[in-house]
This record gives sequence, C-alpha cells and structure tokens, in this order.
Amino acid sequence: MNLTLKVWRQKNPSDKGGFKDYTLSGISSDMSFLEMLDVLNEDLSEKGDDPVHFDHDCREGICGMCSLYINGQPHGPTQTTTCQLHMRSFKDGDTITIEPWRASSFPIIKDLVVDRSSFDRIIQSGGYVSVNTGGVPDANEIPIPKIIADEAFDSATCIGCGACVAACKNASAMLFVSAKISQLALLPQGKVEKRGRAEKMVAQMDDEGFGACTNTGACSAECPKGIDLSNIARMNREYFAASLSTEEH
Amino acid sequence: MKLDSKIPNGPLAEKWTNHKFNVKLVNPANKRKYNIIVVGTGLAGASAAASLAELGYNVQAFCFQDSPRRAHSIAAQGGINAAKNYQNDGDSVYRLFYDTIKGGDYRSREGNVYRLAQVSVNIIDQCVAQGVPFAREYGGLLANRSFGGAQVSRTFYARGQTGQQLLLGAYSALSRQVANGKVKLYPRTEMMDVVTIDGKAKGIVTRNLITGAIESHSGDAVLLCTGGYGNVFFLSTNAMGSNVTAAWRAHKKGAYFSNPCYTQIHPTCIPVSGDHQSKLTLMSESLRNDGRVWVPKTIPTAEKLRKKEIAPKDIKDEDRDYYLETKYPSFGNLVPRDVASRNAKYVCDEGRGVNETGEAVFLDFRDAILRDGEDAVRGKYGNLFDMYEKITGENPYKTPMKIYPAVHYTMGGLWVDYNLMTNVPGLYALGEANFSDHGANRLGASALMQGLADGYFVIPYTLGDYLASHPNGKISVDHPEFKKCEDEVKAKVQQLLTINGNKTVDHFHKKLGKIMWNYCGMARNAAGLTKAKEMIKELKKEFWSDVKVLGTGEELNLSLEKAHRVADFLELGELMVVDALHREESCGGHFRDEHQTPEGEALRDDENFAYVAAWEFAGEGKEEVLNKEELVFENVKLTQRSYK
Repeated sequence: MNLTLKVWRQKNPSDKGGFKDYTLSGISSDMSFLEMLDVLNEDLSEKGDDPVHFDHDCREGICGMCSLYINGQPHGPTQTTTCQLHMRSFKDGDTITIEPWRASSFPIIKDLVVDRSSFDRIIQSGGYVSVNTGGVPDANEIPIPKIIADEAFDSATCIGCGACVAACKNASAMLFVSAKISQLALLPQGKVEKRGRAEKMVAQMDDEGFGACTNTGACSAECPKGIDLSNIARMNREYFAASLSTEEH
Repeated sequence: MKLDSKIPNGPLAEKWTNHKFNVKLVNPANKRKYNIIVVGTGLAGASAAASLAELGYNVQAFCFQDSPRRAHSIAAQGGINAAKNYQNDGDSVYRLFYDTIKGGDYRSREGNVYRLAQVSVNIIDQCVAQGVPFAREYGGLLANRSFGGAQVSRTFYARGQTGQQLLLGAYSALSRQVANGKVKLYPRTEMMDVVTIDGKAKGIVTRNLITGAIESHSGDAVLLCTGGYGNVFFLSTNAMGSNVTAAWRAHKKGAYFSNPCYTQIHPTCIPVSGDHQSKLTLMSESLRNDGRVWVPKTIPTAEKLRKKEIAPKDIKDEDRDYYLETKYPSFGNLVPRDVASRNAKYVCDEGRGVNETGEAVFLDFRDAILRDGEDAVRGKYGNLFDMYEKITGENPYKTPMKIYPAVHYTMGGLWVDYNLMTNVPGLYALGEANFSDHGANRLGASALMQGLADGYFVIPYTLGDYLASHPNGKISVDHPEFKKCEDEVKAKVQQLLTINGNKTVDHFHKKLGKIMWNYCGMARNAAGLTKAKEMIKELKKEFWSDVKVLGTGEELNLSLEKAHRVADFLELGELMVVDALHREESCGGHFRDEHQTPEGEALRDDENFAYVAAWEFAGEGKEEVLNKEELVFENVKLTQRSYK
C-alpha cells in the first residue's frame, strides 16, 4: 500500500518543531507499524537525511517503551501498543499523522521521543512493599483468595507507557498511579503501608505537574492493557481514608 | 592462564552453605564506603542493585532504556522454576539440579547448578513478599504448571507475563533504594568500556544517549548484568536494543568469553512473514502443555495447505503427524527446546511445513478446548492467544497456531567463577550475561530463576569476599586510565561518524544475521562454519569502510547507537563461529551435523569436550586463544540424553 505520513520532527527540546510529510510506497499489510517506520528510516538514511527518532524496544507489547500519538489516538486505532499495531489496520492511500505524547510532564527530547522519568519518580515515592532481600516468610504462608490475586494482577499488568496521560485532556496520570496503588492495596503484603503509599504517590504525581482527573475515562479506553477505571475509584478511597486516618504512616 | 572455578570442596549439598560461612564479610559500617557499579537493570541487575543497596553499599545503576522497568527480562512469558514441591509430585532441590544438568547436556558445573536449585525456593518467597501477583489456586495457595524438559510441576507463573511481574517486583525494590538515596540511576546511558587499573575493574566509561556526553564512573566493583547476545542473528526474540556491547568490550579488556556457540533456538515463535521483519515474537513454551504439535503426514497435503487449497481442520487425525508424541512417547510435546526446534526443522526440510514459506508447523489447541473448554484455555493462555491474533490476524481458538523456531537465549557469556567474578578481578557478570548455569541448553522457566538467584541471593554474599580484601580506595575519574579510555571511546565515535559510506547499519546487521542463521543456527557443520568465518571477516571489513552513520555524536542518535552495537556483533559473530567449529561434538543447542546418533540426536564427546571453552582476546586481528576449564562430575552420571 501507499501512504502519506505527517510526522512531528523536532531536533531537540528547545526546537519549536513541526510536521513534515513523507510518502511511502510498497508497504505490506503484514508489517507492524514500527516496521513501516523502519522502512521510512532506511529510506531517509540512504538519502542522508536524519531518521525519525522514536522509542521502541521489545516490540512485543510488554516493555512500554513505544509510544506515538497516531491519528489523534495514543498507540493508534486499536487498543494495543504501537509495536503491536499492524498495517492491516490502515488502507492504501491513507494519510497517517504521527505525534509524540503531548504532556508537560513528558517533555519532548527529540522528534517522537519523550522523557517519562516522572513515572519512575512516582514509583520511587512509594510504589513498593518495604521488604529487604531475605528473611521473608514462605510464599504459601499467606494464602490470597484467587479472585483478589487476579484483581491485583489486572492492576499490575500496567506497562507504564504513558498512553493514559497522552489520552487525557488534562494530562492526568491517575490511571497509572492508581494501578500501582490498587495492586498493592489489594494484596495483604501491600496493605501494611497502603495509607502512606497513597498519600506519597499522589503528592509526587502532583509535584510532577500531571493534571487533575475529570472522570472522562479516555485513559482506560486508550490503555493498551485495558487497566480499568475502578482503579482510580479505589485510589481515591485509599487516599481519602489515608487523609482521615490519624495513625502514623 | 589456569582457570579456577573456585567451586568449594565438600559434599554437593553443603558447598554453598559452607562457602557462605567461609567468605569474608564487610563490616556494616564499612559497606557505605564502597561504590558498586551495576550495568543493566533486568532481573539480575535490578535485583543485585536493590539487594546490595539494602546491605548498605552505594550503587550506581545504568541502563540504555528510558527506565529500568523496560529491560528485556520484562518480556519473559512462561514462568520461573523453583524446587518448592508444593504439588507433592516428587520434586526436590536435587531433582531440579539433576534436570538442569541433564537439560544442559552435561556442560555446566555441578556446584553452580546445585546452588541455583537451592536458592530457587527463596526467590519465590522474596517475590511474593514484594507483592508479585503469581497465579493462585482457589484455596489461595500458589499454582504451578509443568514446563518443557521436566516431569514435575515446579513452574510458578503470572499468566503469560511472569517476566513482567518479576521485573516490576525487582524494579520496585530498586526504586525503594533510589528513594533511600542508596542507588543512583542512570537511564538512557550506554556502557562503552570497562576501565581497569592494575588489572582490576575500577569503573566504566559511558555515553549519555541524549546528550552524547562521554563520561567516566569509578567504583570498587563492576557488575555486568547486560543480558544475552541473541541479536547477533538480527532476527531473534530479543528486544531491539538488546546487545553484547558491554560484555564484548569487557572481553576485549581481558574477560574471557565462554561457550559463545551455545545459543538456544526456541521452538515456539511466530514464523517470519517477510523481509521487512524486525524481530520475532515468542509464544510461551507453556503452550506446549496443552497444544499439540503436528504437520501433515505427506508432502502433497502440506503443499495443498501452503497453497490454501485446504484448511488445517480439513485434515483428518490419521493424516496428521504428531511427530513429537510419536518420536518421544514419554515427554511428547514437552521435550526440551533444542529437541523440539530441531524436529520442527527436520519436518519442514522434508517439505511438510504448513505456511507459505514452508517454515512453520502447527501448534493445535483443538483437543485442549474440547477437553477443558474454551474458558479454561483462555484462563491459562488468554494473553498469548490475543497477542498471536494481533500479529498474525488469525484466531487460535478456531484454527491452529503456526510456529517456527527462533533465536531466543544465549547460554554462552562471560566466564565467571563460583562467585560470579570474571577472570578480571572486581568485574562480575550476572544473569544471561554470564555463561554459568545452563550448560549447552537452558530449560524453560530457568532464565528468570538464574537472573534472580544471581542478583538476590548469590552476589550479596560473594561480592563481600572480594571487597573485604580490597580496601576501598576512592579512585578519581581523573586517573589517566579513565582519560585514556574516554579518548578511545571518543575516537571510536568519531571513526564511525566519519566513514560516511553508502550502506546503513541495518544493512550490515541483516547480512550478519543471515550468515549466522544459515551457518551457525540450528545445525552446523565444518564446511559451513569455515565459510561463515570468511564471510564475517569480509563483512566486517566492508562495515568499517562503507557504513553510513548520520548525525553527530552530541545528540540522541539512533544510528550511531546501533553502529556501535553492530560493530561488536560482527566481532562476536566471528568468535561464535570459531567456537562452534572447534567443538567437534554435538551438545544441547550446539548441533554439529557430523556428530549425531543413528536416531539423529545430539552426540556428545565427553572424553574430549567435557570442558568450558573460555576464549581470550589476543589483540585486534589476532585469533582468540582457547582456555579450558575441565568440568568435573562427582554426582551425576553422564548419559546420552533421552526423552523417548
């Protein structure tokens, strides 16, 4: 198939940036979206033009490194990661617009590459169970109902790609933060610290400049892993409970 | 140089316990005086960095990805082995040890493997305590499944995303130490070289991938946790960024590289669909628990399938060849990976492949769905089936999956002793980056186990032994050795940028990949390997005269990053071929056409090759020197591996 691409090009963080048009021909519908971009980059490189920089790594939909805002949707038209999007989702003659994640908490580094280290700092603020290596109880000493374990797993499946932020008109990180808070609040191992965790992670999220949540649900609708909105409700509960609690945490 | 594996004396079951008692300790108050450099933040790196920081050491952790959470361990699907015997089915530390030694075709060390089996049980406890949501039974206890190469259910799993959940657990422990100020993170930073002073590893030189800055970092020890080198084949199940650069540059600084020809070809991957393909996707081996592997019995039927004149469901049971079940009645579809892969190749070479390219076999869930229902199958493999459908556009609940082997894991790596230290004092290698525990073939669900064993439970003990006898002397990065190393790295960057040839980096990488796959892949022979060696030499020459690397060194520059990695793959590729050529036997993942049993199985030569090949860099353009570490088997009897 033949395609026209409108790609955001930006040399560095201080460059203003803008769209540039490229035409591609002979794209197979079996290619992944990123393989289509590989073809573009091979073309550009052969001509001596700077290839389009984009983040990607595992290409299996699990590492969360790939991003891209494709035709106005994070990760494009299907509910999956960009690396798992295939060209069979497009038609011959299509024009495809490709932008980076747009959020002030994800500053652009170059072209389509953004800095998501704010997510790491949120996890560092409390997204863990405070246990050291060694000296822990036998794994089967704490039975956990299957239904709870499965629910915790559903929250834990977040890949930290940032699509939720990109999808949100306020660039809110509530879905990402709530997924981690939920996973750990559901499990007995995480319950011990759940109050302090909710407070600290929410505070860090605010410090990073992420926007407020207005419950439109765009985050969950665009999440490649289908993280449910109920996580946000649970986080709000945890946060509220923590703010009412007088015990030290 | 005489290689000393430092395996402790004494009975197998007591070696590790005694060793832990005999190693020197660093006083808690002194630990904070030591700086430890950890390169790579996958399971081995993140678990090591977190555990060492918890002990009180200062840790600097480096990764080339934008976050430590993205290391390629995250993509491991199937599970992690542990000798818990929760299923009461006869498992034990000794059985896990035995299975691993046998699965590795008797090319690993007894002492290392036994320790791995011992600490496997601690790993599960640790991960559960961190909040890793492993699969559970209705009674609330942990669930297990069986996996290729084993007859017990000892694999713990989190749907098909076990690597993700374990890595996020280790990443959370690492993040906690970052918050505590004990770990400093350096994401988007690539290690370019190891710095040795007076023969000891004292730091690294890195390139900041955003600014291009070449920087030095000094430390009392350097831990390479940088994964495997499967991307030497261009197409593999590794992440696009996975590379050998850190390990290779350490090798050129004196660290021996062991058994590079031991590569694992995974039997259950999605077949190649065309030349544009950038990577291959693995379908977890756990699928072989319920999926049945088959091809048509006759070539004409296979031809009809390839031309799409008939559908798989049109082929009656009596016309299907469930070749693994027939050939290996006791293990059936659960034979180890190398056996499953090679047999897929054989049936496809005969002309019985089932897709357009003729390089695919079926993995069929029809019978499992009839037996257990679609919901049960979805519960176990739902995400894998979804992934398969997204990539291929076919629904595996309705029509059998098509699979073909692909490069997946590399058992070879930097030579390390029992303490995980390379032959360069102070330089360690953990996880897939070392060669240590899997011999010539790794069993399924053992990579996660080894990465975490090394990081959580081995290095925290063994590192202290070295440090205790090396008083910390904070070395300034202004030391001439650092400056010299920085200058060399800068010169290499400039060299790559100024060649300004006609061919892209990927052009060379793809060419190298084809050579490796054709001549050093699932089956190898002397003629092919000899030819490959010459071809790689030529390609390397062409690379250094005709590669085109655009942009500058002072910015985010993906083609420059790749050029460094491909330059190293070219050198490694040659060594792999040399290693494969010298090993005149077949064992595990290394199958030499010249050495097979009458039934076509790998034929070892224990008399002449029961050793670890440890290659020593002898200088640019010179042949590498072979050092041997003889393998001593005191507990297991070497037998012809049989899964019949």
